[in-house]
Amino acid sequence: MNKQKVLFGGTVIIAVSLVAAALVALVLLAIGASPLATYKTILTGPLSDLFGVTEVLVRSVPLLLVGLGIAISFRSGILNIGAEGQIQMGVLAATAMALALPGLPKGLLLPLVLLAGALGGAVWGGIAGWLRARLQVNEILSTVMLNYIAAQIHTFLLRGPMLDPNELETGSGTPQSMRLPDASFLDQIIPGTRLHTGLILALVAAVLVWVLLWKTTLGYRMRAAGAGAKAARYAGIPVERYLIVAMLLAGGFAGLAGAVEVTGVHHRAIEGISSGYGFAGIVVALFGGLHPAGIIPSAFFFGILLIGADMTQRSASVPANMVLVLQGVIILAIVSAQSFLRNPYAQERVLRWMARLVPAWLKSKKGAQS
Amino acid sequence: MTAAAEPISELKLEGITKRFPGVLACDGISLDVRRGEVLALVGENGAGKTTLMNIIMGLYRPDSGSISVNGEVVQFRAPGDAYARGIGMVHQHFMLVPNMTVAENLALGLKDLHHFMRLDIKGAAQKIREVSERYELPVNPDAYIWQLSVGEQQRVELVKTLCLGAKLLILDEPTSALTPQETDDLIERLQRMASELAIIFISHKLNEVKALSDRVSILRHGAVVFNGHTANHEPSELAALMTGHEVTLPRNEGSGLQGTPLLSVRQLRVRGDRGNFALDGLDLELRAGEVLGVAGVSGNGQREFADALAGLRPVESGEILFQGRNLANKTPREIIDSGMGYVPEDRQTEGIVPSFSVKDNLILKDFAAKKFSKLSFLARKSIDRNAEQLKEQFDIRCPSTSTATGALSGGNIQKVILAREIARGPKALVAVYPTRGIDMGAQEFIHSQLLERRREGIGIILISEELEEVMNLSDRIAVIYKGRILKVLSAVEATRERLGILMAGLADTDPPPAAGASSLPAAGAAHE
Repeated sequence: MNKQKVLFGGTVIIAVSLVAAALVALVLLAIGASPLATYKTILTGPLSDLFGVTEVLVRSVPLLLVGLGIAISFRSGILNIGAEGQIQMGVLAATAMALALPGLPKGLLLPLVLLAGALGGAVWGGIAGWLRARLQVNEILSTVMLNYIAAQIHTFLLRGPMLDPNELETGSGTPQSMRLPDASFLDQIIPGTRLHTGLILALVAAVLVWVLLWKTTLGYRMRAAGAGAKAARYAGIPVERYLIVAMLLAGGFAGLAGAVEVTGVHHRAIEGISSGYGFAGIVVALFGGLHPAGIIPSAFFFGILLIGADMTQRSASVPANMVLVLQGVIILAIVSAQSFLRNPYAQERVLRWMARLVPAWLKSKKGAQS
Repeated sequence: MTAAAEPISELKLEGITKRFPGVLACDGISLDVRRGEVLALVGENGAGKTTLMNIIMGLYRPDSGSISVNGEVVQFRAPGDAYARGIGMVHQHFMLVPNMTVAENLALGLKDLHHFMRLDIKGAAQKIREVSERYELPVNPDAYIWQLSVGEQQRVELVKTLCLGAKLLILDEPTSALTPQETDDLIERLQRMASELAIIFISHKLNEVKALSDRVSILRHGAVVFNGHTANHEPSELAALMTGHEVTLPRNEGSGLQGTPLLSVRQLRVRGDRGNFALDGLDLELRAGEVLGVAGVSGNGQREFADALAGLRPVESGEILFQGRNLANKTPREIIDSGMGYVPEDRQTEGIVPSFSVKDNLILKDFAAKKFSKLSFLARKSIDRNAEQLKEQFDIRCPSTSTATGALSGGNIQKVILAREIARGPKALVAVYPTRGIDMGAQEFIHSQLLERRREGIGIILISEELEEVMNLSDRIAVIYKGRILKVLSAVEATRERLGILMAGLADTDPPPAAGASSLPAAGAAHE
């Protein structure tokens, strides 16, 4: 019986993915591109050489870190849409820490910088968590609004107090911070590419999140608070406290992602450094089933999409923003598949409709099932 | 859609079969019901009653078999098709919008009232008045749904269904949320209506089946196992057919031994959700080794009382002394740790985390205890062992202890909760509506468990509106009315009539004739 259910669920998900792909194909047709060629470029282009693969991995790192934090918050019953702002606060905190202590040895400075990034994000996430727990402020509203505030702070600091003095001297005025001391850099894994040890850090984080959520009493409490707040309250779990903990952790992971981007890729704080990872991370987490084992491949897949979209822009003149369309359609597809699997009446209607269109096909399927 | 076709003289189902992935929900079911007749459809949870009715209403289509109305084979694709042939259903969970009036709720479903840019609410109200007069179902079309008691909402559902042109009514467990008085009242009204209509009455309460129906069909595992005239069979016989074995609900054969006082509640005042005092000076005393029944029409403070005992609702004044310690306004955790067990009212959302496995729900209160965790890591082995042991001991029927608890039947979910609470070795146990909506087999098990704990010396507060249950299990019965205990009767003194009168808030001098007991004052009290 369970096997059949899994089979049915799998069929639905594949069907929904095909529908999603077809919808995006329509958009591609509308802008005059060839869907097949575009899909081919997006999905195979990035993996055709070592450089492509390392770039995909570089993109996967922040996606994975943000996705893990999102999974913690969603599992605990709080919908964190604020990763974008939390990344930016992480970037600022990490940069400030690295620039403030330039003389420290690497073994000390790098951990401090990463920790500062995580704390910056945690504070920003914690605000939304506290507002929800103590004042019942809807976390979707507060996190979205905090994104705007973080963006303004980020812009203000990079154009004002944290602006690189060199930029003022040369007069180019690019809004960015000073270059970080070398002792704060994450090492490269493969020389000549941008792939850095942040990847290992993110993979270790994935294992830790899995342990936290499924192996510890803290994770048990958080999941209970998220999956059944009322029952958790009756069982003596102070649900509100764990909402705050969840948001601190979710913000911390996003902030860490920001710190990793600074120390691993850009080596200074620049504008647009979060480049949408905060929102893409939500899709990554949902696509990965809010479970680290799913989020790792999911982050890799979305890394491919991001690089692939860049490639189609160059080769097939399809705008790279098409990846946003893809992300949107994927979210719609996941959400519809989930609600479809929860609604027996809708399933009945679709099956009936299919039975009218393809009776022979259904018959053979039934034969195979029983 | 409303211009109901010719009145139904007969609805006939033949060989209805419906298969879901892995489940045979209906297995060749044949039934028929005629005008002027009440057919009771009886079966345990999961026997296929609801699926069958959804097939009649066109929500599902059968894999094989046919439905015919007045001898003509029909195929319904949606509930609208069923209504067009005069078949209507009142669902167990009411389908009403609380912040709309009765007339507006009807207008939702009546397409002829929807004119261009205008909704004919007056027409809806007029229609409601006609129908409610004709069938003697008093309903005020201008009342908002949230103002009505559950019994009144039930009448609104009936009137709504009749207004939509139904001549054959399917009632899915219509009494499950009603008080005893409201139930008696509904059954009386249905009896009067039955002469002009056909009614399919779904229930597993056999005394109601006995009181109302002409014929009874019993479903078990998706198949009809019995058809017969209700008058010729005793409820106990029907119960055995329904469950597949003899069922005797256990009774408290108490020796009247009185234990030491365990819990005393003094002058408890607690606010309800609307800010009024839902508990207004409640006094109660529980002794070790007794079952204290709290009977009352729902909405008289039971929910607030239970919440206050669990630490989930602030206490304005008064004390909850448990073994000499005041638990008023302590946190749920402190109350749990002091030895208080709790079986909450809404088992799906308050008793368990539905998506958690059975074994995880069994440690919901004790995951941090030494037994189940080491250095704040969960001790999976002892959690598994605990689950296997309790599954055995409490006869929890689940494919494995890793199954999501929400997928189990109501009875098994309740067993999970009871197992968890009892395994913690509580000194007192508060059970709120512990068998509401649960089939008889599980009910029997839960009752005998409660009585066994009583023998072990646990004090049990049983909050229930099922008079049978309260009277079967309790040593003493406290009647709650408007947030106070009106009177405490010993089990010997308590009769159905006397409790009914007390629950309606009438003074307990000498019992007036029973006729007055079951009418409207009780319904009025419920929403004050």
